[in-house]
Amino acid sequence: MSFMPYVPPEQRIKDLSDFAHKGIARGKSVVGLEYTDGVLFIAENPSATLHKISEIYDRIAFAGAGKYSEFEDLRISGVRHADLRGYSYGRDDVRARDLANAYSQALSTIFTQQLKPYEVEILVGEVGEEDGNEIYHVLFDGTVTDEHGHVAIGGHAEELSNAVREAYQPGWDLATAVRQAVGALSTAEGREIEAEQVEAGVLDRTRQQRRKFRRLGEDEVATILAG
Amino acid sequence: MIEGPPFPPEASGGAIGANPSFFDLVRRSRPETLPAPAPAASGDVAAPHGTTVVALKFGTGVVFGGDRRATEGFSIADERMEKVFAADDFSVIAIAGAAGQAIEIVKLFQLELEHYEKITGDRLSLEGKANRLAQMIRGNLPMAIQGLVVVPLFGGFDERREEGRIFYYDATGGRWEEDDYHSTGSGGRPARSSLKKRWRPGLDREQALEVAVEALVDASQEDAATGGPDPTRGIFPTVVVVTSEGAESVGEDELRGAYERVVGGGS
Repeated sequence: MSFMPYVPPEQRIKDLSDFAHKGIARGKSVVGLEYTDGVLFIAENPSATLHKISEIYDRIAFAGAGKYSEFEDLRISGVRHADLRGYSYGRDDVRARDLANAYSQALSTIFTQQLKPYEVEILVGEVGEEDGNEIYHVLFDGTVTDEHGHVAIGGHAEELSNAVREAYQPGWDLATAVRQAVGALSTAEGREIEAEQVEAGVLDRTRQQRRKFRRLGEDEVATILAG
Repeated sequence: MIEGPPFPPEASGGAIGANPSFFDLVRRSRPETLPAPAPAASGDVAAPHGTTVVALKFGTGVVFGGDRRATEGFSIADERMEKVFAADDFSVIAIAGAAGQAIEIVKLFQLELEHYEKITGDRLSLEGKANRLAQMIRGNLPMAIQGLVVVPLFGGFDERREEGRIFYYDATGGRWEEDDYHSTGSGGRPARSSLKKRWRPGLDREQALEVAVEALVDASQEDAATGGPDPTRGIFPTVVVVTSEGAESVGEDELRGAYERVVGGGS
């Protein structure tokens, strides 16, 4: 009969956390920040089709850092959760806080009960009708925090966070926010980041459509960075 | 006796990958929110019926229009009902038949398209949308047998072929593509006669609107269940135009103009 050697819970949690942190540290970073018309997510992403930033619902967007397959799994679950909520109740009843809590529960369960934790960090953003955006930051172990103004996740989260904090001012317009975010990404990575490596998505409350999420194309980012 | 939820087979097509169908998702996780047939077919159910809808192609896209009346037996249930809906940015669905059932199918269909787009990152092709709708109508067959028939018209701008296309359905989910114009509902026959005389290939947008409005006016004069435009009360048909620019709901002023040209022209 085989048995597991005794591992104190503190040690087990620490090992799992270290493992997840290492996985995340290998990935690229994402920055989320509030600007005058809503919420902007920007990431360095060499792929134009495998997204780190996506739409979840009318006013809600998602950004993930870490292992692609795992945050993609979370994204799909999020879309399902949101669409079912909206169908069963009403479109206005789909809220980022609820979604962030659902993610938190799911990640916490995975962290403690599965063989290995998810190596991911995610952001859930919601744009308010007038103002009052919400950005939630959910960690691999289910820790959830709500962020104001700006937040950074992923491989160089710490450096990126410092760079954004130094520059950040409330009331930026979109172009300023994009330029500053790309500048912060470049500082954190220690190299110049070009427009074709940038993935950007916004929740823009001035959009006429019901769905407020919009991707910024490569050309648009290039124009902003050149301007 | 008919049992089980009246819904189509899985749309995913395989064991791997995320199933992009919202329909399958609801059926699996919240089946109680879906419309289900009554346990036994027990004659007529008093439910409002939507009446006449028309669809026609023009030079750069398609025009879909519907009258505003819903009937319940010999009564008018609603004078301002909407029967034409943008299904997504490039397609439109118009319904005739049991109104509650039809609206539910439209709502599910809109969500199906949006869900697919979000999960996969791509829009369905127009062909794919038309097929999916056929499966949904087929799923409604048990209800159709109980009298809650839903017969939509579907169409839109096919971004791959770069042209407008129109599809029509029967209650069993049969799907046909129409080359130039079609109409359905109780006033479908007079509307189609009108379209037959008025429709020509390569109409411009303004002419296409006039043809659609005229067909609905003609239908309202022949069919008791079809409501005609009522300018004094501001009741005009619902009209949606789809071109390469996207789906757009036509405003009241433009419809009033088209209506006045149709009746004022004396033709």
